[in-house]
Amino acid sequence: MGGLNVVRSQAPFAPGSAAVDHDLIDRVLRRAMESGGDFADLYFEYRRYDAVSMEDGRVRSVSGGVDLGVGVRVVAQAAVGYAYAEGIEPEDLLAAADTASRIARGGGGVATVPVRSLEVTDRYPVASLEIEARERVELVRRADTAARQADSRIVRVDGSLVVVHKEVMVCSSRGVTAYDVQPMVRISVSVVAKSGDRIESGQSGGGGRFGVDYFERVPPEAHGQEAARVALVNLGSEPAPAGTMPVVLAAGDSGILLHEAVGHGLEADFNRKRTSNYTDRIGEVVASPLVTVIDDPTLSGSRGSINVDDEGEVPSPHRLIEGGVLSAYLHDRITANHFGLPNAGSGRRESFREVPMPRMTNTLMVAGNDDPESIIRSVKRGVYAKRFSGGQVNISNGDFVFSLIEGYLIEDGKLTAPLKGANLIGNGPEALTTVSMVGHDFELSDGMWTCGKDGQSVPVGVGMPTVKLDELTVGGTSF
Amino acid sequence: MAIDLVGVAEHALATLRRLGVQHAEVSVGTGRELEVSVREGEVELVKEASSSGLSVRVIVDDKVATSSTTDLKRSAVEEFLRRAIDMAAVSEADPLAAPPEPSELSTHVPKLELFDPRVEGFLADDAIAMARTAEQAAFGYDPRISSSEGASFSRSSGRSVLATSGGFLGQKDGTYVSLSVQAIADDEGGKKRNGSHWTGSRFLEDLEDPAAIGLEAAKRAVASLGAKKLETGVYPIVFDKDVARAIVGLVASCILGDAVYRQRSYLAEKLGQAIGSRWLTIVDDPFVERGPGSRTFDGEGRPVSRRAVVEDGTLKSFLLDTYSARKLGLTPTGSANGGGGIPHSSTSNLYLVAGDRPAKALLQGIERGLFVQRMMGFGFDPVTGNFSRGAEGFLIEGGQITRPIGEITISRNLDGVLHGITAVADDLSHKTATSSPSFLVDEMTVAGA
Repeated sequence: MGGLNVVRSQAPFAPGSAAVDHDLIDRVLRRAMESGGDFADLYFEYRRYDAVSMEDGRVRSVSGGVDLGVGVRVVAQAAVGYAYAEGIEPEDLLAAADTASRIARGGGGVATVPVRSLEVTDRYPVASLEIEARERVELVRRADTAARQADSRIVRVDGSLVVVHKEVMVCSSRGVTAYDVQPMVRISVSVVAKSGDRIESGQSGGGGRFGVDYFERVPPEAHGQEAARVALVNLGSEPAPAGTMPVVLAAGDSGILLHEAVGHGLEADFNRKRTSNYTDRIGEVVASPLVTVIDDPTLSGSRGSINVDDEGEVPSPHRLIEGGVLSAYLHDRITANHFGLPNAGSGRRESFREVPMPRMTNTLMVAGNDDPESIIRSVKRGVYAKRFSGGQVNISNGDFVFSLIEGYLIEDGKLTAPLKGANLIGNGPEALTTVSMVGHDFELSDGMWTCGKDGQSVPVGVGMPTVKLDELTVGGTSF
Repeated sequence: MAIDLVGVAEHALATLRRLGVQHAEVSVGTGRELEVSVREGEVELVKEASSSGLSVRVIVDDKVATSSTTDLKRSAVEEFLRRAIDMAAVSEADPLAAPPEPSELSTHVPKLELFDPRVEGFLADDAIAMARTAEQAAFGYDPRISSSEGASFSRSSGRSVLATSGGFLGQKDGTYVSLSVQAIADDEGGKKRNGSHWTGSRFLEDLEDPAAIGLEAAKRAVASLGAKKLETGVYPIVFDKDVARAIVGLVASCILGDAVYRQRSYLAEKLGQAIGSRWLTIVDDPFVERGPGSRTFDGEGRPVSRRAVVEDGTLKSFLLDTYSARKLGLTPTGSANGGGGIPHSSTSNLYLVAGDRPAKALLQGIERGLFVQRMMGFGFDPVTGNFSRGAEGFLIEGGQITRPIGEITISRNLDGVLHGITAVADDLSHKTATSSPSFLVDEMTVAGA
């Protein structure tokens, strides 16, 4: 158990702790299963965060705190009883187990089996998460200064830095215990640029499952300069076109397309409930043969990566679309059981206060053979979409939108005018069937993507190469 | 186990004073929640929990730190407060961050009916029965309803106390209950159409009939079968009240003091100017009876009041907490939120004032237009007012709804949208804190086929 994580444990339930021993875990699990059920699990979570926010060159506030608690879940087929305790006091855990146990009606108690600790490979070893408070302030200030110095038209800069040290332990009545330390660092800069009567904003941020070493890979200045660059480009932006046309998606950020157009619809809870447009379509063609999509929790350091999922299973990459053919859904334990599959690995939750469900981790499109320049050259009139701020999907009809914040008109194979922000809209399988070129330039977005589902937020990653869609609807105003 | 909220808050404040902190706000609260969902008649989730917490903002030598904890034991709280004070040392002095003067704090907290004991005591079995009734009504509406995301019931109740170093002590209690249904109908080409509907209120007796909610969800799913794109062009748009409130929410994001002083609002320089048509009157009213956003004091302990933000199209007032008011050289409006955190400007019940005609009458005289019932995405830039979002709804032809429309976007700068409001319906309800009646906008660009 554990041991592989370099960062020292802080949680009172960490392996070897006296406060939470096998005996207590066993008692709580037995209590949870007292009225029956297929299995029960406990999700211990310790989360310490340290944050600094800077406004207009001055630290506005320093904040931090610890959240500690345990979620108790009892599962009987697809039915879930759930309760949580804020803390690890035995009597609170037993009370939560009583509440959760009420979901199961009839049947006797089920004996829990002896605990086996899961071996995990650490995908994000972090030498130290301890970033001293003064150093946190200094990192944000460096980003702030870089943005300010980028151009005299930058009139305002705000920034923030958040460092999270999270430890989780999942104990199941099936006898498996998994423990993981999950670091996260995130920096964010936003700027306002003014020129004449035009005013525009720009934003940049990044991070992942790193410690302070993230800033050796990407210095804070890079985010300050990037935020300034986007704002300055947008000072010259023109109204985006309206209508259906070819769209070239730049490598990196555009992976949000996969997250919305494909990923959510393949979360198996929607397919168990038959509410997704991908229901019963495994084995069918749902995209162009150039499209292969993977959800990969094992990428080193990426924001969406996890060593164990929140149901205590070691995840592996899930190949979702293989050469245009739908090959798999993303499963948690309930859906894996429903579909008769041995492994899940995609069960995630926001915190100990929430039930797990199938979620994405890092959703990626595999690189193709095309040269990115030649992809742009192939378009007579269309849009080159470079950066996005987010998206949304209706998983039933498959329609998705994503919000363009930096884009350019393509005229006769060349990038011309920068475009004002606009939503792009398409239908998952229909849009992906129009993919006609895929670049060799795969890029993982260093974004700050956070995915929302049923009110729960989890960090995710996205990535893709440059891709051309022959048809997508661009929601501008000019036509 | 009842927690002595006032006792915990006062102990925390006294500890901070003893440790030499000049200014502080402490918020202590407890909450209870129940969430139940039923799908195809079977129970899928029963979640029940209670929580509690303390959050604090300390200001030491004009330096600010914030923190929160769920451990309310005396010894733990004292240790926690010491850490918060340590954090402040790293911050930077900002004289504007000081809390309101004691003389500015509310001394008389009015009484509002916001807590329904029946909601707090509502049992899981009764919630399951209610959700079942709602879902059954959806399946019974039409054989084309093929599946369901389920029916969900949730209730929450909370009590909290705000205590400040300026001498304010106030308690607020509230409940909220809601029921939602999502029904699915199968369409051609593997597409499915979902229809959803919901009801929510502070009091149990104000919930709409569960069966009516299920029925409406099913109606919406079936009505959108066969939805197609609309040709790209400029159309008059009727916003159903459920999406109209999202537009009012965009206005809200631009009149909050924080957005204004951070230069993230296209309305920042427009005080006293026309920002919309004469139909645009937007009010922030903390005293709406049983209103989801109602409050009797703000997050800094200031008194609150009803206020016209926009009147007959003219921008009358921003909503300001102490800090944003000082930044802008304006008078605070008692609009702070986040007691115990960094106070920020916020709305209470913010709504577009209703017009005089039924919603159906908005369609009259529209030769060819779009009735929007759902929007998707986050395509709004408060800095420029640029607006572009995905939309679903129905084509209006000759004043009548004719066929379902989907996979399109609607766009226009928000300034144009607000100036383009030419009629407002009478169907305002305070189901949500930000609300609006349905309204008509003379034209927007639709991008589609």
